[in-house]
Amino acid sequence: MIPIEYLILITVFPPLLVCATTPFLSGRTILRDLLGPIGGLVSSWGSIKLVQAVLDGEQPKLEFLQIAEGISIGFTVTPLGALFGLVASVLWIFAGIYSVGYMRGNKEKSQTRFSTFYALAVHAALCIAYAGDLLTLFIFYEILTFSTYPLVTHKQDELAQKAGRLYMSILFGSSVILLLPAIIWVWVITGSLEISQNGVLDGKIDPKYAPFLLMMFVFGIGKAALMPIHKWLPAAMVAPTPVSALLHAVAVVKAGVFTMLLVLTNVFGIEFLSKTGASFWLIGLASFTLLTTSVIAIYKDDIKARLAYSTISQLSYITLGGALASSLATQGAALHIVTHAAGKITLFFVAGAIYVGAKLSNISELNGQGKSMPLIFIAFFIGSLSIIGVPPMGGSWSKFFLMLGAAESGYFFVIAVFCVSTILNVYYLLEIPARAFFFKKEKEITAKVPLLITIPTLMTCFLTILLFFFIEPFQNLASLMVGK
Amino acid sequence: MPLLVLNQERQVKMISSSIGIWNYWIVFLLMMIGLFLVIGRKNFLKKIVGLAIFQTSVFLLYITFGKIAGATPPILNEALDTVYSNPLPHVLILTAIVVGVATTALGLSLVLRINSEYGSIEEDDISAQDLVDYHDEIETSKKLKSKFVK
Amino acid sequence: MTDILIKNLPILVVLCPLMMSLFVVLISNAFISWILTLLTTVLTFILSILLFQEVQIQTYISYALGNWAPPLGIEYVIDKVSIIPIIIISSISLLSTIFSYKLMPFEVGQSSISKVYSLWLLAIAGLIGLVTTGDAFNLFVFLEISSLASVALVAMGAKKDKQALVAAYNYLVIGAVGATLYVIGVGLLYSITGTLNMEDLSNRLKEIDNNRALIAGFGFMITGIMVKAAVFPLHIWLPRAYSYAPSAVSVLLAATATKASLYILARILFSIFNISDDLIIITLNYVILPLSILAMFAGTIMAIYEKDIKRLLAHSSIAQIGYITLAFSIGSKASIAAGFIHMFNHALIKGGLFMAITSIGYYLQKRVTINNLSGLGRQMPITFFCFILCSLSLAGLPLTAGFISKLYLIKATISSEGIWIVFLILFSSALSLIYLWKMIEALWLHENIKKIIINENPYIYISLLIITFLNIYFGLDASLIVNSSEGAANTLMGFSK
Repeated sequence: MIPIEYLILITVFPPLLVCATTPFLSGRTILRDLLGPIGGLVSSWGSIKLVQAVLDGEQPKLEFLQIAEGISIGFTVTPLGALFGLVASVLWIFAGIYSVGYMRGNKEKSQTRFSTFYALAVHAALCIAYAGDLLTLFIFYEILTFSTYPLVTHKQDELAQKAGRLYMSILFGSSVILLLPAIIWVWVITGSLEISQNGVLDGKIDPKYAPFLLMMFVFGIGKAALMPIHKWLPAAMVAPTPVSALLHAVAVVKAGVFTMLLVLTNVFGIEFLSKTGASFWLIGLASFTLLTTSVIAIYKDDIKARLAYSTISQLSYITLGGALASSLATQGAALHIVTHAAGKITLFFVAGAIYVGAKLSNISELNGQGKSMPLIFIAFFIGSLSIIGVPPMGGSWSKFFLMLGAAESGYFFVIAVFCVSTILNVYYLLEIPARAFFFKKEKEITAKVPLLITIPTLMTCFLTILLFFFIEPFQNLASLMVGK
Repeated sequence: MPLLVLNQERQVKMISSSIGIWNYWIVFLLMMIGLFLVIGRKNFLKKIVGLAIFQTSVFLLYITFGKIAGATPPILNEALDTVYSNPLPHVLILTAIVVGVATTALGLSLVLRINSEYGSIEEDDISAQDLVDYHDEIETSKKLKSKFVK
Repeated sequence: MTDILIKNLPILVVLCPLMMSLFVVLISNAFISWILTLLTTVLTFILSILLFQEVQIQTYISYALGNWAPPLGIEYVIDKVSIIPIIIISSISLLSTIFSYKLMPFEVGQSSISKVYSLWLLAIAGLIGLVTTGDAFNLFVFLEISSLASVALVAMGAKKDKQALVAAYNYLVIGAVGATLYVIGVGLLYSITGTLNMEDLSNRLKEIDNNRALIAGFGFMITGIMVKAAVFPLHIWLPRAYSYAPSAVSVLLAATATKASLYILARILFSIFNISDDLIIITLNYVILPLSILAMFAGTIMAIYEKDIKRLLAHSSIAQIGYITLAFSIGSKASIAAGFIHMFNHALIKGGLFMAITSIGYYLQKRVTINNLSGLGRQMPITFFCFILCSLSLAGLPLTAGFISKLYLIKATISSEGIWIVFLILFSSALSLIYLWKMIEALWLHENIKKIIINENPYIYISLLIITFLNIYFGLDASLIVNSSEGAANTLMGFSK
């Protein structure tokens, strides 16, 4: 039997290996394109085994490298980490296949460079998932920022440069100016960078400073796209869709909210938060972001822009769940990581499919296109239902838990916020399949969507339905996370 | 009431102690003249002269430190009860003089080269020439306007 | 045999380059003079490593020159503090000597090569002597040796660009004024204590109450050293001197010259004078701290608006020097250690950046500006890769050396009072990404101006790769640097009991 520690390496290293070998395979494109999905399979196998180990009650640890006294790179698999790791590695398989189809279908250049940095970004996301202490988390958080820059600016034109600048300045600026000192502050007051299940700050920090520390963390974790640190996400949509799908629906943003949840539960602790009320302001801010970005999404005609604002809104669900400082809400937030990832990646896959197949990127142009790309739009419909929270799609579970958690914590207005947002979701998401199927076709385009695009889209769509029935392992992980 | 007017004795003491340290006044004067020349004059040669004057004032400072009232110069003689001035500052100053000579020599050779390259040793002329060159350089490289890859 | 070697190491490490410099000037063949210089720097490096090992065992090595016992005689002191700049200087001089092989003839002209290498060795000898000496006036002598040699080296860049002459002239004049101010300070201190030996000075100064000569002497010494260390606003000579010097000289000077002076600053503040003195506390808090913060911002902002790349890097050096002096000004053990860590890492980072830009300039055949950097990254992949890694190290990407120094600096600053200083440090380091990113964007996103086929030169990129590798290595395993720096900080603070 493989020792537990090696499982961590089996999960975390395949993407790094793919990144290291891809540059040498620029001539042999088929082998190069196969590497991604194969790496994804290996990683997923590892992450599934890790989930099983965690559900059995173990906590795999691996100390990897000591940098200096007191600081080291170490991995620890927590329930939340196992959850995120599983999501990232499984979705990488589908995204890998999809990106091959997209890049070939769109005849994009520099595919080798693309695949190299793509794999590096996934590696960084997995290392974040299994990070054993705050410094390891920060290290790979920064590596994630830098490794996604070449992906965002892939097109290398003026628009890409502008977007890249905004992306780097917001993400790097927030992490250096706010996140790093927050981590070091925790280091100084608790004496170590370790995190524990119920938070490390209880008793170590004067409660009147706790909201400020939390503020530094919240605005420092730019990847969680809470207003006003959210502008980078719509800007990053200039990237090719595989980037938007995996990274900006799954890896990067989920790394952000994962870090947010980790900070809220393992650094501050649910009890500490509810005792001191340090996260009260965060409830308000997250609700505000939730609603405002949903409203903005309605006015966006570009598909990816609308999906970007929808993502920001959904991320605020997770932050809100964590901020409510109730165990049910936190569980709901963790579940939302899973269900939103599956749903959103489907939606982004469809957006890319529409672009490759019919060269359309605006919603107003989609009238009647459903007849030529029926499978794609059905997938979009199902994915939207998951995001909206309708059974039998997975998203209904996470919404359910979040609402229960809001009731448990006593903040009833949050339930109203969720309801209003759901209505808005219906409007801006279902508009797309509605136009496609029920409106008259305006543009005569023969749409041709490559198979390598359609298959992953249908598979992730199927995943959202599957999650409804097989939510149990995730639910168990979530409850382990809050200590039940 | 009598604070502003010092009594006779104190006045005399102040004046005699100020005159008594007349060495230091000269040091101060030379230091300021030297610094003024270095900073205030635009001619490169004059700056070097100012630097030399500045360094000389420091030499005087050291030697003054070493002087003991009523002592002879620090050259060994047979009498056992001679009071010598402190020889160490003299030694230090010899070293410093050599350093000063090297600095002046290097400075002067630089001035010579500058003169042969620019045709002038006035700071204004040289800056004007350099500014023209710098702007030319930036302009020519701006003309190749940066385009993007695509 | 080895016994004699070990006993005389402190002087050997200075004598070796000094003697060889006198020898090299007589050789007319360029290649032989380079080989001799290379051998000398290798030997110096080995000697400094031996010294490092000795210091771990003995902790405090005192070498009396000419067997004249201190405090009357001149002594060379190697302890955990001075070994750090010795290692920095000897290693960087080795790497830049390797680096200079192809570049010197290109920039200086075949006939002057041996003279340049002689000056090169003289500068190195001067810098090492500066950090090993334990006598305040001997320090002045070595300060001037290294300065004058550096001035002459900078002036050698006149073949490529005549502005090097004016830059060298300004360096000379401003530097000489600074050194003279230092000498005035030493003289004043001598007049009240009667000794020039640093350790003896610190003992005798403890017994003297604050009198005007003490304060004046301290002020003159600090100001003079700050001129040499290019602390804002006395840094004016640095940008032009570093940017018009021959490239290999820029690499050497940027990575070493100011570090030696910063070490002297730390020595004066903490060894000679006592940290618990009111005088020192006031100076640190009201003089050095504000100037450091100004340096950080002024350097970064000037770098953002600068189009000429070498000048940009020189301005960025000003900002980095600001970080080091800021670390010293906070005055706790942790912050002094952080200052030494950054001294070390910055030498690696700036050395790497200057090397990378130089190799680009070598192929462009003219001054590198933001505009003519366009697209070269794709044509010079190795250089581009090293450049990116060194820039990311400067920005503070984790797993590089720059992150380690940032981490320790922030940790030390958070532990002390003044949380606003932390935000200033981080804000300026976030700003530094702007000018780094401008360069990276130009190299990567923009179209090529000249479509030339470039074969990268092995001599240039061997040192470049070594330095980049060191950047990454010390980012992953920082224990050596951190332990040495903490040892240095303990020793410095231990002096003032």
